[in-house]
Amino acid sequence: MIKLANEADAIYEAQYQTMQKSGAAQRRAGSYQAFLERGLPNRRVESWHYTDLKAALAKPAPLAAGDERKPLLARTHDSIRLVTLDGKFRPDLSDLSELPVGLRVRSLHEALADDNPEINVALWPDGAGAEDAAVALNGALMQDGVVVSVSSGATIARPIEFVTLVGASLPEAIFTRSALIVGAGASVKAIETAGVLERETSNATQLNHLLALRLEHDSKLDMLSHISGFGGDSVSVFSLNAHLASHAQLKAHQLIEGGGLLRRQLFAALDGEFAGASFNGVTLARGRQHADTTLFVDHRQPHGASHERFRTILDEHAIGVFQGKIVVRPGAQKTDGVMQSKAILLSDGATMNNKPELEIFADDVKCGHGAACGRLDQDQLFYLMARGLPRGEAQSLLLEAFANESLIDISDYRSRDFVLERIGGWLAERTPS
Amino acid sequence: MLEIRNLHVSVGDREILKGLTLTVKDGEVAAIMGPNGTGKSTLSYVIAGREGYEVTQGEVLINGENILDLAPHERAARGLFLAFQYPVEIPGVATMQFLKAMLNAQRRARGEPELQTPDLMKLVREAAAKLGVSQEMLRRPLNSGFSGGEKKRMEILQMALLEPSVGILDETDSGLDIDALRVVSDGVNSLRSPQRSFLVITHYQRLLDYIRPDSVHVMAQGVIQRSGGPELALELEKNGYRDYLAGEAA
Amino acid sequence: MMAARQETVARVEAIDVDAYKYGFTTDIESEKAPKGLGEDIVRFISAKKNEPEWLTQWRLEAYRRWLTMREPDWARVHYPPIDYQDLYYYAAPKSTPGPKTLDDVDPELLRTYEKLGIPLREQEILAGVETRKIAVDAVFDSVSVATTFKEELAKAGVIFCPISEAVQTHPELVRQYLGSVVPVTDNFFATLNSAVYSDGSFVYVPKGVRCPMELSTYFRINEQKTGQFERTLIIADAGSYVSYLEGCTAPKRDENQLHAAVVELVALDDAEIKYSTVQNWYPGDSSGRGGIYNFVTKRGDCRGRNSHISWTQVETGSAITWKYPSCILRGDNSQGEFYSIAVSNGHQQVDSGTKMIHLGRNTKSRIVSKGISAGKSQNTYRGQVSAHRRADNARNYTQCDSLLIGHDCGAHTVPYIESKNTSAQFEHEATTSKISEDQLFYAMQRGLTAEEATALIVNGFVRDVLQQLPMEFAVEAQKLISISLEGSVG
Repeated sequence: MIKLANEADAIYEAQYQTMQKSGAAQRRAGSYQAFLERGLPNRRVESWHYTDLKAALAKPAPLAAGDERKPLLARTHDSIRLVTLDGKFRPDLSDLSELPVGLRVRSLHEALADDNPEINVALWPDGAGAEDAAVALNGALMQDGVVVSVSSGATIARPIEFVTLVGASLPEAIFTRSALIVGAGASVKAIETAGVLERETSNATQLNHLLALRLEHDSKLDMLSHISGFGGDSVSVFSLNAHLASHAQLKAHQLIEGGGLLRRQLFAALDGEFAGASFNGVTLARGRQHADTTLFVDHRQPHGASHERFRTILDEHAIGVFQGKIVVRPGAQKTDGVMQSKAILLSDGATMNNKPELEIFADDVKCGHGAACGRLDQDQLFYLMARGLPRGEAQSLLLEAFANESLIDISDYRSRDFVLERIGGWLAERTPS
Repeated sequence: MLEIRNLHVSVGDREILKGLTLTVKDGEVAAIMGPNGTGKSTLSYVIAGREGYEVTQGEVLINGENILDLAPHERAARGLFLAFQYPVEIPGVATMQFLKAMLNAQRRARGEPELQTPDLMKLVREAAAKLGVSQEMLRRPLNSGFSGGEKKRMEILQMALLEPSVGILDETDSGLDIDALRVVSDGVNSLRSPQRSFLVITHYQRLLDYIRPDSVHVMAQGVIQRSGGPELALELEKNGYRDYLAGEAA
Repeated sequence: MMAARQETVARVEAIDVDAYKYGFTTDIESEKAPKGLGEDIVRFISAKKNEPEWLTQWRLEAYRRWLTMREPDWARVHYPPIDYQDLYYYAAPKSTPGPKTLDDVDPELLRTYEKLGIPLREQEILAGVETRKIAVDAVFDSVSVATTFKEELAKAGVIFCPISEAVQTHPELVRQYLGSVVPVTDNFFATLNSAVYSDGSFVYVPKGVRCPMELSTYFRINEQKTGQFERTLIIADAGSYVSYLEGCTAPKRDENQLHAAVVELVALDDAEIKYSTVQNWYPGDSSGRGGIYNFVTKRGDCRGRNSHISWTQVETGSAITWKYPSCILRGDNSQGEFYSIAVSNGHQQVDSGTKMIHLGRNTKSRIVSKGISAGKSQNTYRGQVSAHRRADNARNYTQCDSLLIGHDCGAHTVPYIESKNTSAQFEHEATTSKISEDQLFYAMQRGLTAEEATALIVNGFVRDVLQQLPMEFAVEAQKLISISLEGSVG
C-alpha cells in the first residue's frame, strides 16, 4: 500500500477524488495541483507568518454530508437571504420568491454546470487570492454555494445576505464558494453572515469559505460581514476576493467574533482606473481564540484608492493577527493607500501581532500605514471612574469608542447599530480586569 | 465634609505629601494656594484615587467615611467631584453619551431608577444653558477639540449635574480668559450650599476674586504651612511664596 | 542649451563611475590563504593569528554548523548563487606583519588611507575640525594595519585594538563576550563569520569611564575575490560611555565581493554605546555589474539596567545590503535606538532595518528609518518590534518613511510588531511618497537646479537621522547622499 506523506494529504486526496465527480473537473484539478505545490501553509509561508494552518488541520474532518432538516432561522436583517447549510445551498431556506428585477440567483452547482465565462471569471479570480493554498484547496473541494448576478444599471434596495451556516453535531469539513457579480453601473448592498445553527453544533467544524466579488465598471457595493459563534476547536478560513473594474467602489465592513482558529483573508485587486476600496473591521477575541485578519490590496491601475481601518480587542489568552499589504504595481500612479491597525490588549496573556506592509513600485503615490498596540488609556479610564463609572463600565465605554473608530464609514445606520450591539454584548460577557 | 488627616504620599522614592491635615466643613469654601510643584495636584489626584501614588500614612474622610481604599468611581458615588486641571479628551465617546453614563452610574449607586433619555436631555440642556455650553458642544466627542474654556465649562456642567457633596477644583482658572473665568466662577458660586464643601486649588489669587473663599491655606513642601481668612490670599498676592520656600531652596 | 543638455546626459550615464570616488585599488603585495573553504582554512586563519585552542575549536564548531545551514532567502534581494569555494578567506598586506607603530606601516597603505580621508597620523584630524580627536583602527582586507591613539586611550583604561591582538592581551574578556550577543549558530552569514573572521576592532571601556574620544574603525576591501569577515566586539562596562564610528569603502571591481561582518555590543548597567556607520562600499556600476554584497549581523545587548544602545547608519553603498542592527533590551529601563538613512540608486538592493526585542521592564525603543530609492533600485525596510510577557511598560515608536525618485525603483516596508504585554505601548507610522512637485518648483523658481532642489529636499527628509551623527560624519554623510543621488533626476 502506498503511504502518502502524511495523514492529512491522504485525506484531502480522497476528498478531492470524491469532489472531482461533481462538476468542473478541470478547474478543480488545476486548483488541486496548485494546492499540492504549496501544501497547507505553516508559519514559514510569509502570508501565514502568524497562523499555522498546517498544524491546525493535521487531522482533516470528513466532508460534510448535509441533511434535509429544515430549521427555523431567526431573521436578523431585513435582507434577501440566501442560505448555505452544512455545505449545501438551501433554496428552501432562502428568500427566492419575488426576487427584485435585475437579480439572478443560482446555486454553485448550477453555475458550474452552466460553465458561463462571465461567471467563471468571477468564481475563479486571479491574483494573490488565487495563489493562496487555502483558496486553492477551496477550489478543489468546494461543495456548493450561491452565485448572484446583478444586471447592469440595477439598484437593489434590500441587502443581499449570504448566510453560511454550520449545523452538524459531528465535526465536518465544509468547503463553500459563492460569488456576487455586480454589473456595470449597478448599486448593491450585501451582508455576509457566518455562524453556527444551534447549541448542539459541533465545536470542531473545519470551514473553508470563499466569497468572490466582481464589481464591473462604475458599480457600487456596500457590504457588512459578520462572523461569529464558531467553537473552541474549530478551524475556519473565510476568504473574500474582490475584483474591481474602473470607477467601481467597494465599501466593506466586518465584525469578527473569534472562535477557535479563525483566519479572515481579504484580497482586493483594483484593476481599473479610479477604483476605490475600503475595508474596515473590528475583531474581538478571548479565551484561547486565534483571530487572524490578512489583507492584500493590489493596486494595478492608476488613480486607485484604498483605505483600511482595523481595530482588535483581545482578552484573556487570545491571539490577534493583522497583516495588511498594500501593493502598488509599476504604472499605478496617483494611488492613494492608507491602512491603519490598532489593537488593545485587555490582559497580559493576550498577544497581538501586527504586520502592515507597503510594496511600492510607482513613484507618484501617497501611501502610508500606521499600527498601534497597547492598553486602554489610563488617564481616560481614571477620568471616567472619577465621574462615577465603575471600572467595567468605563472600560466598555472606551472600548466601544475604540471599535467605533472603524465604523465611521458605515452608511447604513442599521448595520452600525447591529455591530455596536454585538460589541456591547461581547463586552458585557467579560469580567472587568 | 472633607477631612484630610496626616496624609503622607509618595511617588516612587519621593515623598510629596508629608503629613497634610485639613478640614473643609459643610458649606465651606476652602482655598489651597501654593507655589508650583508643591504637590497641590497630587493632593487632588490622591483624594480622587488615581493610580501611581502611594499613601503611606493618614486618612481622607468624606462625611466621616475613610475613602482611601475605595476605587475612584466609589469615591464619586460618595459625593466626591474633581474638576480636572486638564480634562481628558476621549475622542470616540459622545459628550451626551458620557453624561448619560455618568448620571446613571450615580443613580444606580443610590438605588434610583435610571434616567430616560428625554428626561436626561431636558436636565442637561437646562444646566448647559446656564453655563453657556452650546448644543453643538454636547454633540461633539467628550472634550475633543474643545478650547481650554470649553473644557472647564464642561467640568462645571458635570459638577452641576452630579451635585456632589465635596467639590475639588484643581487650577480651574488655568488657561481661562476673564470672560470664561467669570462664567465658570458664576457656575461654581451657584452651586454653593450649606450641604456642600469646596476645595479650590489655585496658584493665583485671581480666581478668589470670583469665588470668595471662607478660608485660605498655604501649602508648601508637602504640608499646610499656614491657614487664615480671605485676607491671607491678598497677602500672598503681595509677597509671593518666598517665605514658605526658605527651607526648600537651601 | 545643447551643450548643457549633453553634459547632463553624460553625467547621468557616468553616475556610478564618476560618483564613486573611492574606487581605486592599492597596488600592494598580499599574502593570501589558498582559495576555498574547509577546516584546513579555518585552522590556517586561526594559526595565522596565533589563537588559543579554545578559539580554534570555537571556529571549527562554527564551520561545522555552517555546513548544515542554508543561505537565508526571505529578504527582498536577488543575486546569483555564491560559490563559497571560489573565494579567498584571508588576505593580508605582506609588508605589515603586525605593525607596532605607524612608522612600520607600508607607506603605500598610509597613502591609501590618506586618499580615503582617514587620519592615521595622530596629529591629523578630519579636515575642518580643529580639536576633536578620533582614534582610528584601520582594517585592510583581513587585518588591522594601524590603530591610533592607543596610549592616550590606555591612560583612561580604554582598550581599543584589533580583536586579534585582544585575543592575545585580554583573552578573558574576549572569551567571556565573544559570541555572547550573536551566538555562533545565529544565522548563515554570522556563523560563516565566526568560522573565518580575520580581524576587526575590540573595545572595552571600564567601569565609570567616559571614553575621552570618538573611536572609529575604517574598513577597506582591496583584494580581488576576497571575502571580508571582520568581527567587532564592544563592551561598555557599568556606567561607561563610548561613541564609535565605522566607515567602509572598496575598489571598483567587476566581480561581486562578499562582506559578512559581525558586530557585537554589550552595555552593562548604566552604560551607553553610540554606534554610527557610514557605509559606502562600492555599489556596482550603472549596469549592475560588480559591487559589494554586504551581509552583516549587528546586534547590541542592553544587558544591564538603564543601559542604552543607539545605532545610526547612513547606507549609500553596496550592491546588496542585508543588515538589521538590533537591540536586545534585556535590562530593566534600558533603551534602544535605530536611526537609518538608506539611499539606493542604480541596481542596488537594500533590505535593512532593525529589531527591538523588549525583554525587560520599562524598556524604550525608537526607530527612525528614511529610505530613498532612485534609479532601478529596490529599497526595503524590514523591522521587528516585540514585547515579551515580562516587558511591562515597554514603549516603541517607529517612524518609517520612504521617498521614491523615478519610475523604475521600488520602496517597501515590512514591519513585524508583536506584543504579549498589555502595558506595552507600540506605535508605528510609515509613509511612502515622492518629492512633491510643489516643493521642487518652489526651490527651482528661487534659482536652484533640479538636482540641487532635490538634494535640498532630500536633506530635509533625512535631517532627523543626520542629527544623530557626530558632526564631522554628518557633513560627510550629507555629501555622500548627494553624490549617491546624482543623475537620479531628469
